[in-house]
Order: sequence, then C-alpha cells, then structure tokens
Amino acid sequence: MIRDADWAPGSALERLPELVNADEGVVRWGRHMNETFMVEVGDEQYLLTVRAGRIESVAKGPFVMRSWRFAIRAERECWAKFWEKVPAPGWHDLFALLRRGDVAFEGDQRVLMAYLLYVKLVLAAPRRLAP
Amino acid sequence: MTARLEAVTGRYAHLELEGRPHRLYFEEAGEGIPLLCLHTAGSDGRQFRAVLNDPAITRHYRVVAFDMPWHGKSSPPAGWEKEDYRLGTHAYTGLVMTVARELGLARPVVMGCSIGGRIVLNLALEHARALRALVGLQSAAYVERYYESAWLNHAEVHGGQACGGIAYGLTSPLSPEEHRWETVWHYMQGGPGIFTGDLHFYQVDGDLRGRIGAIDTGVCPLYLLTGEYDYSASPRDTEAAAARIRGAKVTVMKGLGHFPMSEHPEAFLGYLRPVLDEIRAATR
Repeated sequence: MIRDADWAPGSALERLPELVNADEGVVRWGRHMNETFMVEVGDEQYLLTVRAGRIESVAKGPFVMRSWRFAIRAERECWAKFWEKVPAPGWHDLFALLRRGDVAFEGDQRVLMAYLLYVKLVLAAPRRLAP
Repeated sequence: MTARLEAVTGRYAHLELEGRPHRLYFEEAGEGIPLLCLHTAGSDGRQFRAVLNDPAITRHYRVVAFDMPWHGKSSPPAGWEKEDYRLGTHAYTGLVMTVARELGLARPVVMGCSIGGRIVLNLALEHARALRALVGLQSAAYVERYYESAWLNHAEVHGGQACGGIAYGLTSPLSPEEHRWETVWHYMQGGPGIFTGDLHFYQVDGDLRGRIGAIDTGVCPLYLLTGEYDYSASPRDTEAAAARIRGAKVTVMKGLGHFPMSEHPEAFLGYLRPVLDEIRAATR
C-alpha cells in the first residue's frame, strides 16, 4: 500500500523526467519517439511529452483542446497498486491491467505498440519511489 | 580448449510435416526417459536451456527441445515467402507426435509451456496411450483475446521490439533481470508474423474448454504448473481447466511468470524436479 502522503499516484508521474532521463537503459528504447501521450489517473490528466526517449515535460491538466497520440486511462487505486514497489500478480504490467479490464488505451494504437516496451518501462519507473 | 562446454548438443533433423519437407533444429542432453519440451509462442527451444543443463534431470531423462518450424534455427518450409504462418490445433498436435516418432522418443513425457501447455491438453485427449506423462506449464483451456496481435506484424511497428514488449510484461518482476531479458531477447528474434501466427492457435483455434472433461489421467498422468505472475494463463485459468479434469495435479509456482523455465531457471527447477521424480517412480 502507498502510505506516504507525498507519494500520491499522480505526483509520481510529475517526477518521471528525473526518473527516466538519467536512465540510459530506459531512454534507449524510446530514442526514436517524439510524441505526446496522455496518462489519466482517475480524473487527473497528465500530458507526457517525449523527445528522443527523454521526458521533455509532464503537464498536469485539466486541458482544453490539447492533442495527444494515445491515452492510457486507469483509476487512481489501480495506479496505486501498479506502482507498489513489488506489485502483486495481475497488477505488475500494463497488459496485466488490460486483461483485468482496468486500463483503457485510446487514440493511435499503432504508436503505442511501436513504443510498447519503452512506455512500459517509463510507466513502471515510479515504483522506484514507492515506500 | 579452455571454454566451458555444455553437455547439450544441437542437430538438424529432416522430416515431413503436413506433406512438406522440413529442416528442424533440436537440442538434447541426457539419457533415459524421453522428455520432449515445447517452447512458447514466438520463441524457441533456448527457453529450456536450464532443463537441458540440469544433471539431476539428465541423469534420468533424455531431454529434447526442438524449435518449431518457422522458429529459432528451424527453417520455414520452401515457399514460405508466399504465405502467412498460422498455427492450428491439428497441425501442432501432428508436429509434436511426428517429432517424437522421428527422433525415436518411445512413450515420452511431453512438457510444454503456454501454447505448449495448451497442446499438452490436446495430447492428453488424443494420444494419452502413446505418452508416459504430460506436464503443462502455464496451461489454460482457452484465453480470450485481450489485445490485438495484428500489431505485432505491422510495417510501421518494429516487430521485434513489440514482441519483446509483450514478453517483458509476462515475466515476473521477481525473476532475475538477466533471465527476464534473455527471455525477451528470444522474442525479439522471432520472424515477422510468427508470434501472431502462434497466437491464432492460442486465442482463436485452440479453444479446448468443451473437450477437456474427457481427459483420462489414469491413462496418462497430467501435471499443471503455473507461475503466479502470469496474467495470460493465470493460476485461475489453470485451476479452471483442472476443475474439469479428474486427477490433474496443479502447482502454483510462487513468484514466477509466464516463462518459468526461461525467466527464473533455478526456481523453476525446484518445482520441476519433484514432478519428474514422481513420474519416474510411477512409471518405472
């Protein structure tokens, strides 16, 4: 369980630049990616902009008329379980959430699939902050 | 020579499958009861490297792991460039029985993972008397489509990286990084459309839910071992299958994912050895 008050699921996303950009082992899988995608944590929206595998910016919504290539939406409780230091079986991977029916992918699925490994590694990075 | 050599040998066999000549690669080690190993969709026989290298097993078993046609070092049949690869239940069953016969494996134990764990159930239905025992890893009678596998074979998606992305998530976060990524590497090396073609069997053609109740484990013992971190063939899926098969023995493997023999060899061997000992004692 996430107990640290400073470690709300959404705020973990805002720390992605520091978590991802210094990790060449993750950056290399996204080195051809130059896209903006949406992550929704319950009703909170985050737009992540990737430049050559580095997280250029994380913007917190709500947004009006912003574009994104794909969106990944899940409830707050779902992300909290996903971001535990050692997530439980069934909560440990984006596609595990997909099979549960707890995550929705929208927009350009082709781009998501082209960078699937990178996106998985990026979205798992907040586990390093988990208490 | 100073290199450390494994006891595993690799050879090519020529045999006919569905009326077409094939050049098939297989590895083997050990002597004794034949143990034929079936790899997962989109991968190859390297997944069984630890089983082939385990003296506790090869002392009593002749372990054989082959690459399915189109996979690993096995060639696709001549004319492959004009067709799509698509695996079906009938052809897969025929492949396993033909390889066993042509390699001289008399009444083998067959152990398969994922699609291999599925076909083991069909072997139990159709060939129980010709087999000593069956071991299904990550077995489910059916897995509904929960993602679009056509993306894994698309000109604007790197197939190797996308297949690797799927495989990575199916490993357990508790498995050693070295072996998780080796498992991913095998997936990244698959030919274009091969993982997708295997998934046709897994997600479409190979629905065994209505038939597995007829399996007679009195004729051929059936062991089902499933890693708890697998969400594709989850422990729940395996237990649902086992609930319809009288005498099936289920073990949930703590901390392991969809590729137990490859992603965490040491932990997997701890589960496999007692099963093989039991098979050996029961069929002596």
